[in-house]
Amino acid sequence: MRIIIICMAVVSLGWMGFKAYSETYVTKQALKEVARLQQQIAAKRERLAVLKAEWAYLNRPSRLRELADLNFDTLGLLPLQPAHFGTADQVAYPLPDLLPITDPIEVAGIVEQQQ
Amino acid sequence: MTRIPLRPLARILQAREKGENPDAIEKENIRQRHEEMRDKARRRAEGRLLVLGVAFVCAFAVVGLRMGAIAASEPREPRAAASGSEILAQRSDIVDRNGKVLATNLFTHSLYAQPPVMIDKERAARELVKIFPDLKEERLVKDFTGKRKFLWIKKKISPEQMQAVHDIGDPGLMFGPREMRLYPNGRLAAHILGGASFGREGVHSAEVVGVAGVEKVFDDYLRDPANEGAPLQLSIDLTVQAAMRHVLEGGMKLMQAKGATGIILDVHTGEIMAMASLPDFDPNNRPRPAVEGAASDSPLFNRAVQGLYELGSTFKIFTVAQAMEEGLVNPSTMVDTKGPMTWGRFRIRDFKNYGPELSVTDVIVKSSNIGTARMALMVGTPRQQDFMKKLGFFDPTEVELVEAPGAKPLLPKKWSDISTMTISYGHGLSASPLHLAAAYASVLNGGTRITPTILRQEGPQRGERVVSEQTSAALRDMLRQVVVRGTASFGEVPGYFVGGKTGTADKPKENGGGYYKDRVIATFASVFPTNDPKYVVIVTLDEPKTHALGEERRTAGWTAVPVAAELIERTAPLLGVRPQIAPLPEVGITLTSN
Repeated sequence: MRIIIICMAVVSLGWMGFKAYSETYVTKQALKEVARLQQQIAAKRERLAVLKAEWAYLNRPSRLRELADLNFDTLGLLPLQPAHFGTADQVAYPLPDLLPITDPIEVAGIVEQQQ
Repeated sequence: MTRIPLRPLARILQAREKGENPDAIEKENIRQRHEEMRDKARRRAEGRLLVLGVAFVCAFAVVGLRMGAIAASEPREPRAAASGSEILAQRSDIVDRNGKVLATNLFTHSLYAQPPVMIDKERAARELVKIFPDLKEERLVKDFTGKRKFLWIKKKISPEQMQAVHDIGDPGLMFGPREMRLYPNGRLAAHILGGASFGREGVHSAEVVGVAGVEKVFDDYLRDPANEGAPLQLSIDLTVQAAMRHVLEGGMKLMQAKGATGIILDVHTGEIMAMASLPDFDPNNRPRPAVEGAASDSPLFNRAVQGLYELGSTFKIFTVAQAMEEGLVNPSTMVDTKGPMTWGRFRIRDFKNYGPELSVTDVIVKSSNIGTARMALMVGTPRQQDFMKKLGFFDPTEVELVEAPGAKPLLPKKWSDISTMTISYGHGLSASPLHLAAAYASVLNGGTRITPTILRQEGPQRGERVVSEQTSAALRDMLRQVVVRGTASFGEVPGYFVGGKTGTADKPKENGGGYYKDRVIATFASVFPTNDPKYVVIVTLDEPKTHALGEERRTAGWTAVPVAAELIERTAPLLGVRPQIAPLPEVGITLTSN
């Protein structure tokens, strides 16, 4: 009996040691992965910031104005003028939707009967 | 452990035989036993103390060693944090009211040299000058071959320049990462943004600090990591600002003016929708402050906030506002305008003779100095001072720009009756165009005090009451009349019911001694739409002149007003103000019956 208990204790100790050892390595690997991902995220964020700055730079009003002037032939863009406001009565009324059919009638039969 | 009996029979018997007291033996034994017990207790206590001491020593040693280790180790970001750090840039962005970027950060590099590890110093200097033509070759060679161990060559370089320097291949030329402030819109809103430069510099990083404008005022906010990179949102509308700068630049050239200022202020919230001062500068490459000449001639000078000018007849509306508020006049009261009006050794004249008397509305419409001066005398000096104070003409504006506190209006040293009279039509008191904008907004928005702000607001301001709503409406009506049939007839923009007042003030000579005859500050202060005020627009031109109808003209009606009208026409649709179209006349159908 005593032998069995001692054997089990030794085996479980060995198993726990191995488990701790391998867990340490898994954790270290995970930390490395996290660090790598965070570096990647940081790089992407940096790239995003650069793209945002570039977007803002390319959309600066003076450039847009020059582009609108250059491409006037095709785009015909003008500065917004008071006359560009429309009024509500310039918009046509939308056609009313069909009413839902709640009481369908068998048309085919009626047509046949009439014939 | 053997226990010695207290009364050992052998010794007692011996003692009895010798006739001694056997109790003495017992006492002796009790004493010995107590001594043993005491020694034992002491040993145990000493042992415990020792253990406790060792434990404390160990604990303190661990704490001490850990402190030492933390102090000596390189700081590292926590690796196990759930998300990557939110804060990447050391300075928050600045955005306009619609979230468009006004200022952001860009990663770049600085270039420095370590002469001791350089190989071919002359060649490196020669190649560097090819890449950066503004460097001097002799200077570089001197620095490289001298005793210096370290020197900065360029604070910011572009990726192309970095590659070119890299291609030189000298190990002594090194790059440090840098974060630089970028203003993608260039000159737009330059005075509001101000600019930034490097503070403390190291090889691995450099501090970016604001040097002017909102960058300086909100320096702490922009650098606070607790904001997690949340941008600073201004009240400026980028599109409106761009249109305004465009119109002002054109107007300035057309009117041959030295400078121009424009402000668009929301009359209810006090938000500055656009504010420009020309000439301006590029905040990406902020020029150094001028060391000679007048500060006001430098492009760094923000005329809208820092420029203190006598704003001329635009002030007349305040005099009328006060006279009406005190119940002294109403819009149709007749005021004596016989000229010239003599007061002591001063004579007050009008631009031309307007006859013996005018109604209060016509005093404003025709801009009569004499009529306004008479109303100011009716009001009196102390009450005028109170009113001007209420409108904010005694203190610098509270706008969040670092330049604002320095621009305290210039008041007369001794506020005599003649000062009261001249101030009533805008002479003898110098204030900034922003002061004027805030005061106009205050009296015209229904009569509550407005403090101008550069930050986006959520709702209208609830300031103290300056004038009643009826007075405010009457004043708007008068200003409308100025545009319809008065000095600002060029200011009409169809559909927007613009109302405004012109002001033309002679420029004082810089070194004192009177005024220039041929240099003026032309101002047009306007509000639109007058039936439901939304925005105040101020346009000021510095030394404008134009040639019209066969003579040279400098008055605001010919210079500032057309510019302001163009400005309103361009910006009002952008601000979302719909023109109010007067109803068309009925189509000519004649109703007949038979």
